[in-house]
Amino acid sequence: MSEKKTDGEILLDIRHLTHIFSFPKRVTVKAVNDVSFQIRRGEIFGLVGESGSGKSTIARCIMNIYRPCAGEIIYKGVNVCDLKQLRKNKRMLDTTRQLIFQDSSSSLNPRMKVCDIIEEPMRIQRTNPPRGSYRAEAEFQLYYVGMDASYLDKYPAELSGGQRQRVAIARALAMEPELLVADEPIASLDVSIQAQIVNLFRHLKKEHGFSFLFIAHDLSMVEFLCDRAGVMYKGELVETAPVKKLFENPQHPYTKRLLAAVPIPDPGRERARKGNRW
Amino acid sequence: MSELLEVKNLSVSFSTSSGEVQAVRNVSFSLKAGEVLAVVGESGCGKSVLCKSIMKLLPSNAKIKQGSITVNGADITAYRERDMCRLRGKLFSMVFQDPMTALNPTMTVGAQIAEAVRVREPGISKTGLRDRVMQLMDLVGIDSPGERMEQYPYHFSGGMRQRSVMAIALAGNPRILFADEPTTALDVTIQAQILDLFRDIQKKLGTATVFVTHDFGVVAGVADRVAVMYAGKIVEIGTAEEIFYDARHPYTWGLMKSLPAFSKGQDTLYTIPGMPPTLVNPPKGDVFACRNEYALEIDYQEEPPMFRVTDTHYAATWLLDERAPKVVSPVGGIKV
Ligand SMILES: Nc1ncnc2c1ncn2[C@@H]1O[C@H](COP(=O)(O)OP(=O)(O)OP(=O)(O)O)[C@@H](O)[C@H]1O
Ligand SMILES: Nc1ncnc2c1ncn2[C@@H]1O[C@H](COP(=O)(O)OP(=O)(O)OP(=O)(O)O)[C@@H](O)[C@H]1O
Ligand SMILES: [Mg+2]
Ligand SMILES: [Mg+2]
Repeated sequence: MSEKKTDGEILLDIRHLTHIFSFPKRVTVKAVNDVSFQIRRGEIFGLVGESGSGKSTIARCIMNIYRPCAGEIIYKGVNVCDLKQLRKNKRMLDTTRQLIFQDSSSSLNPRMKVCDIIEEPMRIQRTNPPRGSYRAEAEFQLYYVGMDASYLDKYPAELSGGQRQRVAIARALAMEPELLVADEPIASLDVSIQAQIVNLFRHLKKEHGFSFLFIAHDLSMVEFLCDRAGVMYKGELVETAPVKKLFENPQHPYTKRLLAAVPIPDPGRERARKGNRW
Repeated sequence: MSELLEVKNLSVSFSTSSGEVQAVRNVSFSLKAGEVLAVVGESGCGKSVLCKSIMKLLPSNAKIKQGSITVNGADITAYRERDMCRLRGKLFSMVFQDPMTALNPTMTVGAQIAEAVRVREPGISKTGLRDRVMQLMDLVGIDSPGERMEQYPYHFSGGMRQRSVMAIALAGNPRILFADEPTTALDVTIQAQILDLFRDIQKKLGTATVFVTHDFGVVAGVADRVAVMYAGKIVEIGTAEEIFYDARHPYTWGLMKSLPAFSKGQDTLYTIPGMPPTLVNPPKGDVFACRNEYALEIDYQEEPPMFRVTDTHYAATWLLDERAPKVVSPVGGIKV
């Protein structure tokens, strides 16, 4: 579904990104191999694909957690792989880009309360809290992910997996980023909360022009939420297309295999299908 | 006795600075050998706590308030850590929800799987152990296990970690497996492979499985029976067919309506209005009442009992009382 803002400027331009991990005994893993794609302002770009195909590595390169071995990442005209440009634009990069980690629910600081976790990036960047105080801001963000103020003073260990995940989402959204890199943000949430978060992302895109890199395994959510999507397979981006086209007319054999494997919420049909597979 | 696991009226609470959090409230269910019970429900409704309380893996501020847990005919409710250690890994094991917290960051993945194998087979030879570790890694779909076993968890992708946790849980050929969202980080092709693996062991070894998941497609594929939890309680339980085609609880309806398939072509997805109640002092009556568009007056007064629909299907909603107005389910009934 293309909204008016999608033909905006290119916000993120990834050109020939390659990343290789090395291990002892000369073992190497080519995690990302010559990947190129672009995200426009106000666009939600989905990244799907095989487990271990390099999706999280791309996310980490974009966020300057890994330094790519080759290729360029241009964000708002800044080459984030260039150390000099990186240093010069650090504050802009830190305030306008946010990452929700794939394992974010286990990477929350166990010694910090929920409110402090959500407030931390705002405090570090000394942003002005639009709702008066940092705590009010934290409460506001938490409410949007379906949790009330009673959780503000809890520690991560006192929360369920999905509650921790939502704290990570609230933390990233509190910065009102222009680009949100969300690595499997909703997989650990129940379907109603998933729907709530997806509606929220849609709203942020439409009303506030947020752009997203949405990494997910749930293809029906990608189809619903994203404008375009790319399919990763063994480190390569094998197909990129508007979602409607991707789902109706997949080109690459892996994309076809992926779409054929989507489980159907219907036990009768699932069993019939299983019967065929065995 | 054919029931491998029997949980009766189990209640589990945490004591916290803000009061007693009633995470699991009066839960009863049973599980036969070779059976898969899927558990679905709202984030924070007590699914993980339920699994961990049966395995006795809860933190020290948690307490079993009432109820009994019977495994293989033996009442283990009062078992101490020493007794439980003998059971864990062999009689039952768990695939944890957060792979990163379940794995030891300072040990290679191979060594961690090996440790789990040794619990079951203490006398295993060095080569035998290596072979078994490779076999387990291969089973869960990790390529080049020879190289991968020497790597550390942070070298693995999210889905590879999740599969490592699964290999550890399967290492001891457990009779009962608690799988807490074991496939959330997997793409659908590998997920299908893992679900086939589950079916396989369940057939070959008669493993009984409690399978916690949010994915109704997965539920449809693996579950013999489904339990729907809300705010610490099982509010509906039945065979997969009964839950998918003939759900009776408004909360189950709400979950199904939230699926994207239900909002095809629409601008927003359906969500259940409101928020779950606090578990510190849950409101009286039916705790789902304030979010339930079908709520009756009695829902605010009295907690509904489990009404029998069939011998395998029960739901806790006053709508099933004979005095209640007839309500047509907004979902399901679309039998194929
Ligand atoms: N820090 C690291 N050190 C070494 N190898 C790594 C590291 N991070 C990732 N890899 C390897 O890079 C490859 C790609 O991993 P990545 O995490 O990007 O996959 P992914 O597409 O996100 O998979 P998933 O869907 O399972 O999360 C994998 O083979 C992984 O083992
Ligand atoms: N150590 C703890 N101390 C206090 N409260 C806790 C603790 N652990 C869990 N809780 C609370 O118990 C409730 C049930 O948690 P549980 O982890 O079982 O949820 P869940 O159903 O597994 O949810 P999710 O789908 O998000 O993983 C939650 O509301 C949580 O806040
Ligand atoms: Mg990943
Ligand atoms: Mg859980």
